[in-house]
Amino acid sequence: MRDFSYLRASSADEARQAALQAGSALLAGGTTLLDLAKCGVMEPETVVDITHLSGLGGIEVDANGARIGALAKMGEVADNVGIRAAFPAVSESLSLAASAQLRNMATIGGNLLQRTRCSYFREPAVFPACHKRNPGSGCSAMGGITRNHAVLGTSDTCIASYPGDLAVALVAFDAVVELGGRTVSVDDFFLLPGNTPERETVLERGEMITAITVPSSAAATNSTYLKVRDRQSYEFAAASAAVGLEFEADGRTVRDIRVALGGVATKPWRVRGVEQALIGKMLSLETVETASRLAMEGAVSHGANRYKIELAPRVVARAILKVGGLA
Amino acid sequence: MTRTIHLSLDINGGRYDLDVEPRVTLLDALREHLALTGTKKGCDQGQCGACTCHVDGKRVLSCLTLAAQVEGRQVTTIEGIAAENGELHPVQAAFVEHDAFQCGYCTPGQIMSAVACIREGHAGSDEEIREYMSGNLCRCGAYNNIVAAVREAAEMA
Repeated sequence: MRDFSYLRASSADEARQAALQAGSALLAGGTTLLDLAKCGVMEPETVVDITHLSGLGGIEVDANGARIGALAKMGEVADNVGIRAAFPAVSESLSLAASAQLRNMATIGGNLLQRTRCSYFREPAVFPACHKRNPGSGCSAMGGITRNHAVLGTSDTCIASYPGDLAVALVAFDAVVELGGRTVSVDDFFLLPGNTPERETVLERGEMITAITVPSSAAATNSTYLKVRDRQSYEFAAASAAVGLEFEADGRTVRDIRVALGGVATKPWRVRGVEQALIGKMLSLETVETASRLAMEGAVSHGANRYKIELAPRVVARAILKVGGLA
Repeated sequence: MTRTIHLSLDINGGRYDLDVEPRVTLLDALREHLALTGTKKGCDQGQCGACTCHVDGKRVLSCLTLAAQVEGRQVTTIEGIAAENGELHPVQAAFVEHDAFQCGYCTPGQIMSAVACIREGHAGSDEEIREYMSGNLCRCGAYNNIVAAVREAAEMA
């Protein structure tokens, strides 16, 4: 890890000022920044420690929704009684992510800013070609080992999969990122790779996530996060789904449904096609399985990740049947 | 061009002063600067859990924590959990009792993680222990005995 200078910010304004300088990086939980600095992927000249700032943590839940401070820890949010009751999918997405130690370190703001990355991106010495690390240099993943790469939202420059879980639950329930001066929906916060895979979010230099808000809804209260993976724990998703469901008074007709996918796309992937296909319909095994296939609209495989196109709709269907009380 | 910063750290209830480069992790500060070598360096990339310590009572990975970040926080390492008279912590005693190791390299991290796991209330069943201890790898594969030791220590707590 290349050496850097260390600045402990004493106010949010001081942190933003410091972050305006090229070569500076904000440090919260450190689980992404220090990891990637050790890999040689990130080489900050100045590390701005924001973990000693007050007023950026805390979790508030009321009838309107939740407001989660940017410095709240993943584990703290996962175990929060209010979040568990009103947003089970959010709590579960965090409990099923990383390890207990990492969840005690990583913050909610940092979690959103973890890099969309693949194993080629992480090894610059062995695989110098990477459009994300070094635009125009090529892509080592194309034609390589692609088992964990994305099938949705890819471009000619990048097929890395967005690896996070929390943001998948957040896009399903219309969460909003607060950036101090402006707010952006989580869905709009993340960018598709297109021709600029190095740019993963709309965050501008000098901006800092201050909080995330999630509006209450009946679908969010009756929700789940289903994560299927190669190991039972401490592993990224092969495919995951955040699903929330509200029935009409008859208890069988869908009034509101939210579906988002993880582990298969280049950003947290809301699948409105599946939602539209089910709203107003009676929930049954057949309607759910048919609608879930729409989740893969536009999917393109790159060899070994072909299985995700079969797997993801099944994960979606299982999650819908679970919140619908049919499984 | 080596720029060092001065740090004053609270570790196991004692005060330690040191001058280090800003990039020095808590793990390297403990092992290389303070001769507290009980905390182990496994992967040094946040994947194995061998370096688990407590910061303000919470289990964290010292390899992904800068020493500079923990100034003003209380750090506890494996050297700090036995009683002052040398009597082992109940989790340490349970690891001995259940032979919860083979080579022993992951053991300090396992024990620090287990102490926190029990304190968090996440050691209610074997399944829960396996889930909440999944950030600590044991390449000898002593997992069954580790789970037994954590379960027994949790039942006694």
